[in-house]
Amino acid sequence: MPFSAQPPASGERYALSASLDNARHLSSLLRAVHFQDHATCLATASGLRVTVEDAKCIQANAFIQAEIFQEFSIQEESVMFRISLSVLLDCLTIFGTSSLPGTSTALRLCYRGYGYPLMLFLEEGGVVTVCKINTQEPEELLDFDFCSTKVVNKIILQSEGLREAFAELDMTSEVLQITMSPEKPYFRLSTFGNAGSAHLDYPRDSDLMEAFHCNQTQTNRYKISLLKPSTKALALSCKVSIRTDAQGFLSLQYMIRNEDGQICFVEYYCCPDENITEAEL
Amino acid sequence: LSRIGDELYLEPTESGLSLRAVNSSRSAFASFLFAPLFFQLYEPGSAGPDTELFRCKVHMKSFLGVFRSLPSLEKSVGKCLILLKPRASRLVLQLHCKYGVTKTHNLAFQECERLQAVFDTQRCASRLRAPARLLAEAVVHFPPTLAEVTMGAGPGGKISLRNYVEDEAEPSKTMVTELCLAEDEFQSVAVAPGSHITFCLKEFRGLLSFAEASNLPLTIHFDEPGRPVIFTLDDTVLEVHLVLATLSDLESNSQSPSTNGMSHLPAPSDDFADDLESYMAAMETSEGCSEGPPSPIFPLRTPQPAKSKPQEEDEEDEEEEGAVPGTPPHKKFRSLFFGSVMTAGRPGLATTQEVLAEDSDGES
Repeated sequence: MPFSAQPPASGERYALSASLDNARHLSSLLRAVHFQDHATCLATASGLRVTVEDAKCIQANAFIQAEIFQEFSIQEESVMFRISLSVLLDCLTIFGTSSLPGTSTALRLCYRGYGYPLMLFLEEGGVVTVCKINTQEPEELLDFDFCSTKVVNKIILQSEGLREAFAELDMTSEVLQITMSPEKPYFRLSTFGNAGSAHLDYPRDSDLMEAFHCNQTQTNRYKISLLKPSTKALALSCKVSIRTDAQGFLSLQYMIRNEDGQICFVEYYCCPDENITEAEL
Repeated sequence: LSRIGDELYLEPTESGLSLRAVNSSRSAFASFLFAPLFFQLYEPGSAGPDTELFRCKVHMKSFLGVFRSLPSLEKSVGKCLILLKPRASRLVLQLHCKYGVTKTHNLAFQECERLQAVFDTQRCASRLRAPARLLAEAVVHFPPTLAEVTMGAGPGGKISLRNYVEDEAEPSKTMVTELCLAEDEFQSVAVAPGSHITFCLKEFRGLLSFAEASNLPLTIHFDEPGRPVIFTLDDTVLEVHLVLATLSDLESNSQSPSTNGMSHLPAPSDDFADDLESYMAAMETSEGCSEGPPSPIFPLRTPQPAKSKPQEEDEEDEEEEGAVPGTPPHKKFRSLFFGSVMTAGRPGLATTQEVLAEDSDGES
């Protein structure tokens, strides 16, 4: 959809300016990481990365590559700021969240630089909204130091198989225990709630299993309240990769296909709650 | 069953798996007996000469939590395995789902006494049989909050349903709804003329929705006011009973003041001895209530408080003395007699009040 109203101050240089025909490509992804009020945005030539953290234990990143945008130009090497994710999402969905076929909100995003607010120009059906959101000093982000060379166990599952499981997790359990093993039970999600324990087992030869590379039996526990928000990302995704390293740090990577068929990624990193060697029954 | 009580009693027997529930005031009891043929595999275990088949009870909510979303269950679950592991103190429910996924739930259980309300459909003077749909359509006319309904044989052979209005209710603020069903709408009618009973609608509605969904005809066995009404559903592999206490007509019985209008005190959480104690106490205090010769089926008010549920319960929780609007008044509803059918009629047992901790019923 052509964007009729041009942003003011032609000739001024914006550190970051980007256009998106369908704001939902951005808002749905941001919702998948919206478990805290604030987020840190990092823009580089490759695209936009939005990071949310909690309790110094969990970090979620949403990646929107430059190619997703109709226009993406960045004047500096990188641009980073902290912003209220709740407000950003409210603005992006200012025309409503229900998606009627054929209609979409067009977005133009402009950021002058350090200290300036983030400007959003949103247009739908000829109506234009201009939003100015204050930005803050970016905070230091956690570095989980998780790289593919340190991965001990990795599986890739079709999200369809996990969606219901995550939505129905026994929240009276404090932890979610994940067991990955080259032997039975292969991949197991366990909770220990008020009613008793529950285990969800996925065999390695299941149709849902796209890749299974487990070298070592590992059982790790994670605070369920921290992982529960990842259900949103799971709901949007078609595939998820689950990886753990030697210390039990968990990496969940979700492959999300947007309305136009483009691929984006959301990832969650989580510290283990405690390390145990034997799964509880 | 969850509409009745918030504990589910599981009792495997030779004739099938019995699931039961009772409400806190002991005025409603339901049992579902699934014959061995209902299952692909049924192994009730073996009872020794001294031991009975193992039985237990679990929290209703925990059990229901395993079968959370029915539509998705139907789509994704192929098989369900139920294992009772006494040594591990766990009831295992394992769902075998699509894609080879297995969901295993290990629920904690409590050992319990045998839960059995004493009733005998043969001794009921009146009987009605109708498709569940007929009754469901009739009941829909009553407000969802209505607690009790009176069903009776009306003039001209009609069966009437009418909401029960308390004597204390203000006439100007009360609405009375009465519905009459012709005899030919029922599959069979055998009622004593002029008979009528009043029972709690809420607990009945639960059974009614099950009956409608399973398309089974419902049989209602009833007798005089005060005697329990028994609803049954019969199928080749399933036998369902719902026993509800009914309002007795008058206060003309000779019950001692201590038992009349007794309020339910919070009971010690001593579920083991509950059934036995109430049986023993009932035998002790049986005073020949006016409604006929003392019989084991006779619902007696036991001076022993029934267990009360401190946690949230969506049905009436009779804890207060006075009748709470919408709940069966204490004074008039009797609790169902619970005890062993086998020992019905035996003269009083040793009148000890000692608490038994074993799972022995003490009757045999």
